[in-house]
Amino acid sequence: MSPPVLEAAGLSTMFRGRRGRPARAVDGVDLELGRGEIVALVGESGCGKTTLARTLLGLARPSAGQVLVDGKPLRYDGRSLKDYRRTVQMVLQDPTGSLNPRHTVYDAVAEGLRVHKLPGDEGARVADALSRVGLRPAERYFLRYPHELSGGQRQRVVIAGALVLEPRVLVADEPVSSLDASVRGEILALLLDLRRELGLSVLVVTHDLGLAWNIADRIAVMYLGRIVESGPTEEVLARPRHPYTQALLSVVPESRRLEPIVLAGEPPDPTRVPPGCRFHPRCPALASGAAAAAGVADRCRGEALPVLPATENHTAACFLSAARQGMLTD
Amino acid sequence: MAVLTLEDVSVTYRTAEGPVPAVRGVTIQVDAGTSLGVAGESGSGKSTLAATVLRLTPASAKVTGRVLLDDEDVLAMSFGRLRAVRWATAAIVFQGALHSLNPLQRVGRQIAEPVSLHDCTVSRGDLDARVHRLLGQVGLPGRLASSYPHELSGGQKQRVMIAMALACSPRLIIADEPTTALDVMVQAQVLDLLTGLVAELGLGLVVISHDLSVLASTCDRLAVMYAGRVVEEGPSGDVLDRARHPYTRALSAAFPTIGDPSARFAPRGLPGDPPWPGDLPPGCPFHLRCAEAVAACRQDDVRLRVAAPDHLAACVHVGRPSVATEAGAP
Amino acid sequence: MSNPTQTPGKVTAGRRTAALGRFWAQFRRQRAGLVGLGVLAAFVVLALAAPLLFDSDQLKVTAATGTPLTGPSAHYWLGTDESGRSVLALVVWGARVSLLVGLSATVISVAIGTLVGIASGHFRGVAGALLERVTDWFLVIPFLPLAIALASVLGSSLLNVVIVIGVTSWPGTARLVRAQTLSVEARPYLERARVLGGGHWHQMSRHVLPNVMPLVLANTTLTVAIAILSETTLSFLGLGDPFRVSWGTMLDSAFSNGAISSGAWWYLMPPGLAVVVVVLAFTLVGRALENVLDPQGR
Repeated sequence: MSPPVLEAAGLSTMFRGRRGRPARAVDGVDLELGRGEIVALVGESGCGKTTLARTLLGLARPSAGQVLVDGKPLRYDGRSLKDYRRTVQMVLQDPTGSLNPRHTVYDAVAEGLRVHKLPGDEGARVADALSRVGLRPAERYFLRYPHELSGGQRQRVVIAGALVLEPRVLVADEPVSSLDASVRGEILALLLDLRRELGLSVLVVTHDLGLAWNIADRIAVMYLGRIVESGPTEEVLARPRHPYTQALLSVVPESRRLEPIVLAGEPPDPTRVPPGCRFHPRCPALASGAAAAAGVADRCRGEALPVLPATENHTAACFLSAARQGMLTD
Repeated sequence: MAVLTLEDVSVTYRTAEGPVPAVRGVTIQVDAGTSLGVAGESGSGKSTLAATVLRLTPASAKVTGRVLLDDEDVLAMSFGRLRAVRWATAAIVFQGALHSLNPLQRVGRQIAEPVSLHDCTVSRGDLDARVHRLLGQVGLPGRLASSYPHELSGGQKQRVMIAMALACSPRLIIADEPTTALDVMVQAQVLDLLTGLVAELGLGLVVISHDLSVLASTCDRLAVMYAGRVVEEGPSGDVLDRARHPYTRALSAAFPTIGDPSARFAPRGLPGDPPWPGDLPPGCPFHLRCAEAVAACRQDDVRLRVAAPDHLAACVHVGRPSVATEAGAP
Repeated sequence: MSNPTQTPGKVTAGRRTAALGRFWAQFRRQRAGLVGLGVLAAFVVLALAAPLLFDSDQLKVTAATGTPLTGPSAHYWLGTDESGRSVLALVVWGARVSLLVGLSATVISVAIGTLVGIASGHFRGVAGALLERVTDWFLVIPFLPLAIALASVLGSSLLNVVIVIGVTSWPGTARLVRAQTLSVEARPYLERARVLGGGHWHQMSRHVLPNVMPLVLANTTLTVAIAILSETTLSFLGLGDPFRVSWGTMLDSAFSNGAISSGAWWYLMPPGLAVVVVVLAFTLVGRALENVLDPQGR
C-alpha cells in the first residue's frame, strides 16, 4: 500500500494571538490524502482549517508534528520548499484578487513556469493548461486581462496557473464561495474532471457542506484546531456521530429534514481552548443531559480527547459517541 | 394588507457606454407579517431593486413605475416626506455589514443616530434605553452599546445592523445578502432572528440572497430575478420543489440537498455567465444558457405566466398545453 | 483575434501603446496639468537653447559691458546685474543649472527611495525593520545643517548640492513606497506568487514594482519641485557653486548687493518668479498625474 501523497502527522501550528496569548490554530491533526482522492475539510471560521491548509502547503511552519510528502517529511529550506511547489499547489478563494490586474492571462499562467525555469515550449504548455480547464481555444485567452473575464473564467485561469506545474495535489480554499451560484457547478465539475484525467488529489477547504456532498470522497470536520469527525462523505453526512457535526448539518438549509439545532454563542477563540472536550461548553448533548445519562459527562468536561487517527473509517472524537458505539475504554 | 407594492418598476442607469437597464418591469407585493425572498445572482438587479424602495438609486438613474410604501408612492414624494419615511417606514440592512459600521464610533451611538435624526426631542436617557431595548431584541447584551465595531464578531455586527434597522420601528425591513460572509451556524442564528422579528413585530421582510435554499427556509414567498426581471414567483415551497423556470431549477440544483444520491459527484450548474445588464441577448434573456430553449425563445421575450394558482413563471413552456404549438419546435 | 503572425510579445507591446494613448487622453482632460506641462516644456526648451540665445561670454563678469544695476532697456530686456551682465541671459543660463540639479538630485532620491521603500515593505523581520529605522533616521535629519556641514567638508560644488539634496529627500519617497508596498503585499496575488514558488526577487520585480510605479511617477514630479527649491535655497545661502549661475545664486547676489534697498526689482524678480513658476508647474503636473492614476486604483 503506497503511502498517502500528502499527510499531516500530529501537526500543530501556533500564532501569537491577541494580548500575547498563543493561539492554537491547529492543535494536533492527523490527516491523510491519497492519490486521486478528494477530501473536504469543513468547519466554521476560526476552526483552523485555513491554517491547516497553509501549513500543509508549507506557507506556515508547524510548531509540532510533520507534513509528509510520499511518506517523507517536508524540509523547510528554500530549495526543498521551491521543489515542493511542484508537487502541491493552491487555489485561493478570491479569483479576482488572485490575479495581478496588470498581467495578461498568458503571463498569469506562465508565471509558475518562469519561476521554476522549466524547459520546453512555454506557449504550448500554457495553451495546454488553459485547454484543460476548459478555456478553448486557448489562444483567444492569451492576451486578455483579468478584468475582461467573468468570475468563473478567472477561477479557471487560476487553476490553469496551478496545473501548469503538474502538481499531484491541489489545495482549494473556498474555490467557489465568491462565484455566482450558477457558475459553481462548472468549477466543481472541473475539479472532478481533473481528478479523473490526471489523478489529481484535491483537498477542499470549505464551510459549505453541500459542496462536500457534491465532490468529496471523504470529509473531515474541524473544530477549534482539531478534527472532531472524519470518514466517507456519505457516512459522515448521513449518520453524523459528533454533536457538532449534527448541529452543523441540522442548520444547513440544504438538509431540511433535520430539526435545526442552533448552537448558542460564537465560534470559539483559539487562544482560550476549554479543558476536556473542546466542544463541551456548546455541546447540546451535554446541556440536554444525554451525556450524563450515558455516564460520560464528567469525562466530557475534564478529560482531553486524543487526536483522531487518520484512517478511512468513520471516526469521531466524542465520548458520548464512543459510549454509544460501545467502544469506550476506561 | 400590503406594506410594500412595486408596480412595473424599471431602473435604468446612465453610463458612459449607454443606458443600462438594471431592473425591467418588476411587480411584487409584500404583506405585513410576511417575508419575501428575492433570489438572484450578479447582474440580476436585486440590489438595485432594494435601493429603489427608499429612492437610494443614484441621481443619474431613471426610475419608472410606482413604489408604494403603505400606499404612498415613494417616487412621487417630496424630499422632506421621503426623509421622514426613510428608516421610519422602511429600513435596509445593507450588504457587507462588516464594512457598513463606522469604525470610529461606538455601536450604541450608531444605533441611536436614526432615532435622534427622526425625532430630535428624544432625551439622552430615553435614547440609551431605546438602544438597550433594541440590542436585547436582536439578542445582544446591552453592554455592547459601548463597544467599537472592531471588538465585535461578524455575527454580532450583523445583529447590530439589524438593531439599527429596527431603531425607528419600521413596517418593512429589507435585508440585502444578510448572511453572505457568515458561517453556517451564525447564519442560522441571524435568519432565526429575522423570522422571529417578523412574527413578533408584524413586520414585512424582504430578504435578498443568491442562495435559494437560505431563502426558502426563511421566507414565505420567493421571487427569482434574472436580468432585471422576475422570472418566477410563488410560495417558497412551490418555487423550490416544483420550480417551473429552468433558471430556478438550475439555481436550486447548484446547492444540492445533502443526502440526495443523485448529487454525489454530479455538481450541476449552468454554462456561461449571468448576463451583463447592458448587453442582453434578444428574446428571452436566459435562452443562451437554457437547456430547454426552442426557436421562439430566441425571438420573443417572455413575461410572467400562470403556472399554477399563485405560482408564476416567465417561460414559454409554462401555461401552454403543449410545446408542439410553437412554430418549428421539435 | 488569433493572428498567427502576432506573437504575444508584439501584441502586448501594442496593448501597452494603446494603454499609453488612453492615459494621455485622460491626462489631457486635466487642464491644470496641461498648463503645467506646457510651462515646463517651455522652460526646458529655453534651457536647452541657452547657448543659441545668449553667448556664454555674457556670463563672464570680466566681459560685461552694461552699466551695473540698470533697469530694463531696449538692449537689456531685464536690466543688468551688479557686474553689468544681462539679467535675462543669466536667468536663461541659470535655468540649465537649476533644472539639471533638480532632475539629477531627484533621480538619486527616487532611485534610493524606491529601492529602500520596496525592500522595507517586502522583507519582514529584522531586515525590514532595520530599513524602516534607517529611513526614519534619515527623515529627521535637518536639511540645512546637514547641507552646511557637507558643504564645509566637501566644498561647494554642484555635485555636492546634488548629493545633499538626494541624501535628504529620498526618505519621503521611501515612506510612500513602503506604504504602497505593504498594501500590495497584502493582496492575494502576492500570496499566489509565493505559492507558485516565486522568491523575493520575483515578487518584488514582477508584482510589487509595477504596482508601485504609478505612485512613484506622480511622486517624482513633486520631488523635482522640491529639489529645485532646495537647490535655490542652498545657493541663496551661498552653499552652491559660486562659479555657476543658477537662480539661487542670482538671488544671493541680488540680496548681497543691496538689490532690495536700491529697488533693483529686475534683478530679484525674474529668478524668484522663475523658481515659483517652475515649481508650480511641476506641482500641477504631479497632481494631474495623481488624479489620472489614482481613480484606477488597482
